[in-house]
Formats: sequence, structure tokens, C-alpha cells
Amino acid sequence: MARLMFFGKLGDIAQARSREFPLGNAETVSALKAAIAGSDEALGAALADPSVRCIVNEVLTQGDAAISDKDEIAFIPPVSGG
Amino acid sequence: MVRVLETPFDLNAEIAAFNDRAGAPGAVVTFSGVVRGQAGENAVTALELDHFPGVTERSITEIEAEARARWPVSDIEIIHRVGRLGPEEPIVLVCVAAAHRREAFEAADFLMDYLKTKAMFWKKEHRADGATWIEPRAEDYKDAARWEESG
Repeated sequence: MARLMFFGKLGDIAQARSREFPLGNAETVSALKAAIAGSDEALGAALADPSVRCIVNEVLTQGDAAISDKDEIAFIPPVSGG
Repeated sequence: MVRVLETPFDLNAEIAAFNDRAGAPGAVVTFSGVVRGQAGENAVTALELDHFPGVTERSITEIEAEARARWPVSDIEIIHRVGRLGPEEPIVLVCVAAAHRREAFEAADFLMDYLKTKAMFWKKEHRADGATWIEPRAEDYKDAARWEESG
């Protein structure tokens, strides 16, 4: 099981800050997004937004990163501090 | 130094502590941001700051390192709140010490532009008419881009 994390508005849409998720055949972030969209249409649509970035094991990913069931995978909407 | 705090902090005490620590470098610039009580027509009841523990601190430390690489500053302090804040509560404090005013002003300006658009925070504004997540405005991205052009 991978650990998924959702920040900001994505946490509201997912109705959870984190959840355990079996990756199954999903070996990349884009495949994971498709799998999530299959079970949660609203969250899938939110994750498809190009402004959403993905952090795997605390490192910001570039492109379509490879993932495995041991990973912590965080989805982040545009950041805003200050 | 970077601190992400779950609980309120005393602006004046922190500024005084920074000045003591900085000695007499020549120039000290401080910027403090507080929660606005008003958003357009609506009263703001609270601001909720979400963060990614560890990753957020690292993102700010990288921004601080970039400021130190660009300007000859002798000390930097960045304090940022997370959690739920009420109107008029301090949310951010940036202090920069340098030998001369120009680098202190510029480094503080840069730090705030990058905190607004690159540090890992997410901000939800609670108002009488509901709550919305706040994303940087076009001006905020434009402000941050100034440093890329001139860098």
C-alpha cells in the first residue's frame, strides 16, 4: 500500500489528509491519478489540473515519476504563504 | 534561521531578539505580515494555514539559502505561522541584517515574494459567507518573476 497525502484544497476534496492506497498496476504518477479517478471522480478531476504537483518521498517530481507501494505520494495544489 | 510555528508569536519580542543577535550590522530590515480582518465586503473570521511538516521547512531553508547567495547579508530570520489564525494575528516575520540598506531591503523583498509563491503553504480564508482556498494572484507571480529576470 502506498501512502497518499493531500494538501490544501485537495485535502477537502479527498475528505482526508492521507489515505492508504493499493497501487496495483499503477507504476507511475499518471497511472495512479487514473486509478484514483476511477474510484473518486471529483478527486480525479482535481488531480488532473496541471497546477497540481506531486512529491514522492518528500522530493518534488519532474515529469511522470515512477512509484511503488512503499512510497509516500503527496499531491499539492499551488502554494501560497506569507 | 527558519521557524514554522503552530502557536502565536510576539512580533516585537522577535524583532528585538533579532536586533540583539545581529549586533549592529549597519542595516536591519524587518517585514511583518498580519491576518487582515477584511476581505472585500466580508469580515475574515480566521485564516487556516496548511503545511507539509519537514518539506515546508526545507522549502523555506532553500529560499533563505538563495537569498544569502544573492546578497551579502549577515543574518536572516524567517518565522511563519501554521494552523488557525485570527484577524490581526502575526502570520509571517522576515528579518534581514546587512552592512548596507540596499541588500537588506532587496533580500527581504525577495524572501517575501518567494514565501508568497514558492514556500509550501496552503491558505484557507474563513469568512462570514464561507471559506475559500487562496492561491497566489497574478501580481504575486509577477513579483516573484522579477528576481528571475534580474538574477
